[in-house]
Amino acid sequence: MKTEHLPLCPYYSSMKLAWWKILSAVLLTYVIIAGFTIHTPTLESGGLLQTIRNLFFHVPMWFNMVFFFSISFYYAIRYLRGFNPEFDARSVEFAKIGIFFSVLGMITGMEWANFTWTTKTGRGGPWTGDPKQICAAIAMLIYFAYFILRGGMKDEEKRGRISAVYNIFAFVLMVPLIYIIPRMVDSLHPGSEGGNPGMNPKDLDPMMRLVFYPAVIGWFLLGLWFYNLKIRMRRLNHQLQEHTD
Amino acid sequence: MRKDLLQEWRQKHTLFGVALYVGCTVFAVYLMNGKPEGKVWNALFWVTQLFVSVNAAAKSFLQEPNERFRYYFTLAKPQTFFLAKLLYNLVLLLIMNLISLGLFMLLLGTPLSQTGLFLIISMLGSISLTVVFTFLSAIASRAQQQAAMMAILGFPLVLPMLLILSRLALKAVSPVFQPGWWQMAAMLCGLDIMVVMLGLVLFPFLWQE
Repeated sequence: MKTEHLPLCPYYSSMKLAWWKILSAVLLTYVIIAGFTIHTPTLESGGLLQTIRNLFFHVPMWFNMVFFFSISFYYAIRYLRGFNPEFDARSVEFAKIGIFFSVLGMITGMEWANFTWTTKTGRGGPWTGDPKQICAAIAMLIYFAYFILRGGMKDEEKRGRISAVYNIFAFVLMVPLIYIIPRMVDSLHPGSEGGNPGMNPKDLDPMMRLVFYPAVIGWFLLGLWFYNLKIRMRRLNHQLQEHTD
Repeated sequence: MRKDLLQEWRQKHTLFGVALYVGCTVFAVYLMNGKPEGKVWNALFWVTQLFVSVNAAAKSFLQEPNERFRYYFTLAKPQTFFLAKLLYNLVLLLIMNLISLGLFMLLLGTPLSQTGLFLIISMLGSISLTVVFTFLSAIASRAQQQAAMMAILGFPLVLPMLLILSRLALKAVSPVFQPGWWQMAAMLCGLDIMVVMLGLVLFPFLWQE
């Protein structure tokens, strides 16, 4: 593979176009400060109390996991339409960022479950066998398998092709997993009565919306930033290898 | 296409191998568990199905040397080839399904209230498992890795299917009221069709050299 033939990625020389990085930092600072200080409704009945603030951290993680896996899926398709190694690299890095968010989402979720559902149901601990928790764990396993599959192959083009095929296959099967099964099975998660896999947006306190939406955007931009760093590092490594060869 | 099927049919030792595998698995389950009650019976049945289908489907692509594939490819279009493999696997797995269901009833007892319904669901189940695992065995064989790879790739992917299947089958075990049963069944069928379509679209990409 020759690096000079790669199409130049728009944010390859993006130090000048850093407005979104600044926006991400500003938004997340705002989210962290406001998330811990604004007045939130305290629902004693559900055992939620102040833990509702975790909404600003836990929920955006899952939103972003789905965003990034979708982008990864999109680039897997692009790769199969012309075998451009650039798209393979993008697909992998986006999948990595997606995994990163899913791990964070799982940790924040288990912490939250440990507190809230133990209060609510009496049986508890971080793992409650909640269907959404199970689905999330399966989704994580699927993408870990994706990296194991990649790790086993040396030939670059073949690796790209096979892993892109698996990526597409896995993503298409994951969608029903995340969006349909939790609707069919009883769950401890809020919103399951109305049949919504996440939560009912109408239930959200207007004050909390002012923090929640910036949080989603802020974490998304942060993920994009990570991606940007990763892909640049990947290219530099590649160039370095070509020089030493 | 018929040629491929015939070719497969000639390797009968695979068939008996898988049949024996089914028998041994069911017997092992029986020795450990005796005659369990309905819910456990259902769970054990689906776990057995999972392992049987992994093993049977793994044989389809993994057992043949690469050179033979090149030869097949001079004969048929990749889609046709994939469909032929899929059809063969479907027949194989449906037979294995009947054998294991029969053995389960014989050894572990029959806690079923609607045997016919359970039979239909188990058929649907083996179809679902086959379509997913056939495609995955193609991936695993191209990645030049062993059957362990298939389990790693495949188990997370079929878990949702198994979840739906065992819930569907519970209806046949004990007549409890389950809202949305038809919805689940329809979704599973839809998922199967989608997997086959996806396999047909993606399979040629696995083969280009």
